[in-house]
Amino acid sequence: MKNQRNEEDQLFLEKADGFLTANVQRRSFLKYAGAGAASLALLAAGCKKDMNSDDMGVSFGTGDTAVLNYAYALEQLEAAFYIQVLNFPYESMNANEKSLLTDIRDHEIAHREFFKSALGTNAIPDLKVNFSSINFNSRDSVLGTAKAFEDLGVSAYNGAGQYIALGDYLVLAGKIVSVEARHAALIRDLISNGTFADNTVIDAMGLDKSRSPQEVFAIAGAYVVTKINLNTLPG
Amino acid sequence: MNIQNILDEIEKVDANIYDRISPRRKAMQSFFNIGSKIALSAVPLALGSMLNKAYGQTTDTIVGVLQFALTLEQLESEFYDTGLKSAGLIPSGAPMGAITTICQHEKSHVKFLQDTITSLGAKPGTKPAFDFTAKGTFPTVFSNYDTFLAVAQAFEDTGVRAYKGQAGNLKGNAGVLTAALNIHSVEARHASHIRQMRKGRGADVKPWITLNNSGIGAAVNNVYAGEEITMQAMLEITNINGQAISANAASEAFDEPLSKDQVLQIVTPFLALIFF
Repeated sequence: MKNQRNEEDQLFLEKADGFLTANVQRRSFLKYAGAGAASLALLAAGCKKDMNSDDMGVSFGTGDTAVLNYAYALEQLEAAFYIQVLNFPYESMNANEKSLLTDIRDHEIAHREFFKSALGTNAIPDLKVNFSSINFNSRDSVLGTAKAFEDLGVSAYNGAGQYIALGDYLVLAGKIVSVEARHAALIRDLISNGTFADNTVIDAMGLDKSRSPQEVFAIAGAYVVTKINLNTLPG
Repeated sequence: MNIQNILDEIEKVDANIYDRISPRRKAMQSFFNIGSKIALSAVPLALGSMLNKAYGQTTDTIVGVLQFALTLEQLESEFYDTGLKSAGLIPSGAPMGAITTICQHEKSHVKFLQDTITSLGAKPGTKPAFDFTAKGTFPTVFSNYDTFLAVAQAFEDTGVRAYKGQAGNLKGNAGVLTAALNIHSVEARHASHIRQMRKGRGADVKPWITLNNSGIGAAVNNVYAGEEITMQAMLEITNINGQAISANAASEAFDEPLSKDQVLQIVTPFLALIFF
């Protein structure tokens, strides 16, 4: 089921860029390389090479900085999307929808700017995005993408919590993820009332999803033009 | 002294002792190797330190959080269950469908938490007796649909804040922390939908929490206390970095945690017997 849902998300959002796929494959190889010191040395060697390489893309840094930059990247993507949605509203957008989508846009901008300020000189640069696969004239296309982004955001924060070392940062991530979940539920209800927490996203134990950074970028990467180096991210 | 016997005894009540001490047997071997090299009198200390790392405060704290969460889920579960069984309360169609979905999740959370507490070697707390009128504050909770939805909103928003407040106490166990986060966001989805249901019936609410407005009344002020802040990590979010972010949006963009004491203060009126 899980794989099937991931595939559905993948299909909806189209395939990830080649460089991300290549990256995930390389990580899989490392996992296959066997346990113990040999693979650790291999991993260390790989990281060192990446750090020194100019063409590996934007680095997120290490430790909590990497996790915060990861969140910052996702918030940049979400904010850019909703800014576009409100700049070019689909024709059938009524006053209620416009008001709700404007709120969500402002929340995402607030999240983006918060991370930018909190990270200071450690912040990654502004990411270049590509939304050419989204039809902003179509309510279905816009809300379908919004749903995918919000569910993805929830699963990203849920999956990253365990990697946050500082308690204060964990609480901050918690403050944001529940707002993303409120968004996700609302967008789902706008598409089809009552689907706020249906069994495509909540499992039989009543649990929402978690995704690793690699799983998240395999999906979100389709919209990010800027080359990103995932090697310092946990997971 | 036979360390293996001690560990065997522990294994009878906790099948995962070896995994808890170390996910790899290798570490156990290295412990016994150390034991053979140091004076016998030092072994209890070494063992104690090893067990303390495995259980100690961390597991006590984690089980405590899970018991606390269990009580909240039992409260929600029985609340929705009673609502669904109250003839004529919840309109058929979409409202009945949504409350049924939410009730099912709360029941699943109760079971999940009970199972997790058991797997950590503790006994899940029994369900307390509830008084959903909150000692008469909501006398029509199961006869007036709007009152029912208002109490539901207060419970869901409290749940979101309660889990958030405990996340830091679960840092010692990545699996439990992730599961708690996976419950936390489900509660937020519920809150969003309940708020939309209330909005559809004329309440002045959005899916997210604006300042400390409840759209309910003073009876639930403590559920929303502190939600009005617009400053995060010493950064003012209103108009941050020259962006046109209103104070309302700044407060909505971040949900705030509640301490255990604050949550108990909210929940206590709903307990038929004060047992804390």
